Amino acid sequence: MNAVGQTLVLFRRVMRNLSRQPIWIGFMLVQPMFWLLLYSQLFRRITDLHGFGTVSYVDYLTPGIAIMTAFFSGSWAGMGMIEDLDRGVIERFLTTPALRSAIVWGRIVQSGFVSTLQALVVLLVGLALGAGNGGVLGWLVILAASGLIGAGLAGFSNGIALLTRREESMIAVANFISLPLLFFSSILIARSLIPGWMRGASLANPVEWAVRAARWHVLPGTSWGQIGLYLGLLVVFTAATGLFATRCFSAYQRTL
Amino acid sequence: MDAVVVSGLEKTYGKDVRALDGMTFSIPEGQVFGLLGPNGAGKSTTVRILVTLTRPDGGTATVAGHDLAREPDAVRRAIGYVPQASGVDREATGRENLVLQGRLQGMRNADTDRRAGELLELFSLDEKANALVRTYSGGQKRRLDVAMGLMHRPQVLFLDEPTTGLDPEARAAMWDELARLAAAEQLTILLTTHYLEEADRLAERVAIVSRGKVVVEGAPDALKRDLRGELVTVDLGSSASDGAAKVVEALPGIDDVLAEGQRLFARVDQGAQAVPAILGALDGAGFPVAAVTVSRPSLDDVYLHYTGREFRSDDEAGK
Repeated sequence: MNAVGQTLVLFRRVMRNLSRQPIWIGFMLVQPMFWLLLYSQLFRRITDLHGFGTVSYVDYLTPGIAIMTAFFSGSWAGMGMIEDLDRGVIERFLTTPALRSAIVWGRIVQSGFVSTLQALVVLLVGLALGAGNGGVLGWLVILAASGLIGAGLAGFSNGIALLTRREESMIAVANFISLPLLFFSSILIARSLIPGWMRGASLANPVEWAVRAARWHVLPGTSWGQIGLYLGLLVVFTAATGLFATRCFSAYQRTL
Repeated sequence: MDAVVVSGLEKTYGKDVRALDGMTFSIPEGQVFGLLGPNGAGKSTTVRILVTLTRPDGGTATVAGHDLAREPDAVRRAIGYVPQASGVDREATGRENLVLQGRLQGMRNADTDRRAGELLELFSLDEKANALVRTYSGGQKRRLDVAMGLMHRPQVLFLDEPTTGLDPEARAAMWDELARLAAAEQLTILLTTHYLEEADRLAERVAIVSRGKVVVEGAPDALKRDLRGELVTVDLGSSASDGAAKVVEALPGIDDVLAEGQRLFARVDQGAQAVPAILGALDGAGFPVAAVTVSRPSLDDVYLHYTGREFRSDDEAGK
């Protein structure tokens, strides 16, 4: 079986196991709805400030919440890897000819898939609140950006899981990166309202790439070239973190 | 041809935990071979190296004709591995676990399904086939572990402590399964165990392992036969046995005397004749005797003979 076949087999395994956890499914679907409803209420008046490209904060916020949901679930993706490590599942995989990269990519694809599903929920709730999110093209870009940022951070998170192998360390790392990724981005606030130095730094933030791509329809003047660039950067980011996680496998195995 | 050839394996964990110290043995094709030793003797480390999980610091090994360092994937295709701690997916069913294992080993779909059904039946798991593994009993889970190792019809099966943690009933059942398996399939099996009885029962040949290397190797019966005579064990109650050992050593017809704690082990040709002499000599020298037993040699005695230490106390110390 080739690398893609193995990745799909392992992707189906994690999806099947997740689908057997009704509580997880419940939270996966409710959480993004909850965030969108909550934030859109809390920040209702924020568009009175200048710098927002649209009058409706919901329209502004929906892509942001989709991305935020994706990057949070991506950051935590390593927890599943730690569980597999603890239960000896990974060691069993390692004694088969299965590619290490397929073990990692099965989980990365899963995170991307789940993030895309969650983004879809956000878009539906947004629609119910009156946000069109740029029509079909807008929806497709938001789904792609959400899936990619979820997958990319999942690669990083799985790598960290293989290096630390402890839930506590994994939680510490996920917490440590989450808020900076959020604050060095325009998820909740207009770009023009972010202090200059933070705005500069945010250019290196993959989450910001995802937000910029996803929010193109409410930011006048965004060209398709820019959207393509951001999505392309996210593809590169995902490939890089996937490679990182695969490398972490070698590091992990050296310690056995 | 030998299915497994292990030559001078070395492995040190951290700075000074020497797990393997020149481990060497080989297993002819089709044989059930037991690595017998107390906890911490290096059995699991050896197996983990042979299944390509751990890299040795020195030495070489081939499995099914493939060099471990140069062709790890060929080794992985040729082996089944039943780890000490189960590696099955608890959130999946028994059948799903088997099918995934088959797919990862590169089996075709139809063959995978057929083989999974066959193994579920062979290990009496058909009723639990579609239940999640977390609902399995310890014995059922262990049988599934073994079935997983056999899924892709490997040439060599590694069983690391296959019955540790099972209750006596499940252990006996597992021994029956393994004995049947060894007879039926054209399979080379390497079994590690710290149960002497298990090695005696299942292995055609055993290597007794202590402190990272093989101390003696042979068929269990031959090993026991080599220890001529019988073993007299004297329990001295409260007094230390060192002085008493000297007294017994001086007696005629005594081959071998070992003192450990309050106990004394003496190898003799005829237990019934030697015991009165031993008791008389100890009494005369002022060593009160609490109990005395005479036994035919067991693998315990083989271990004691070749390492100079008692199996049970080494086992405790290695935990």
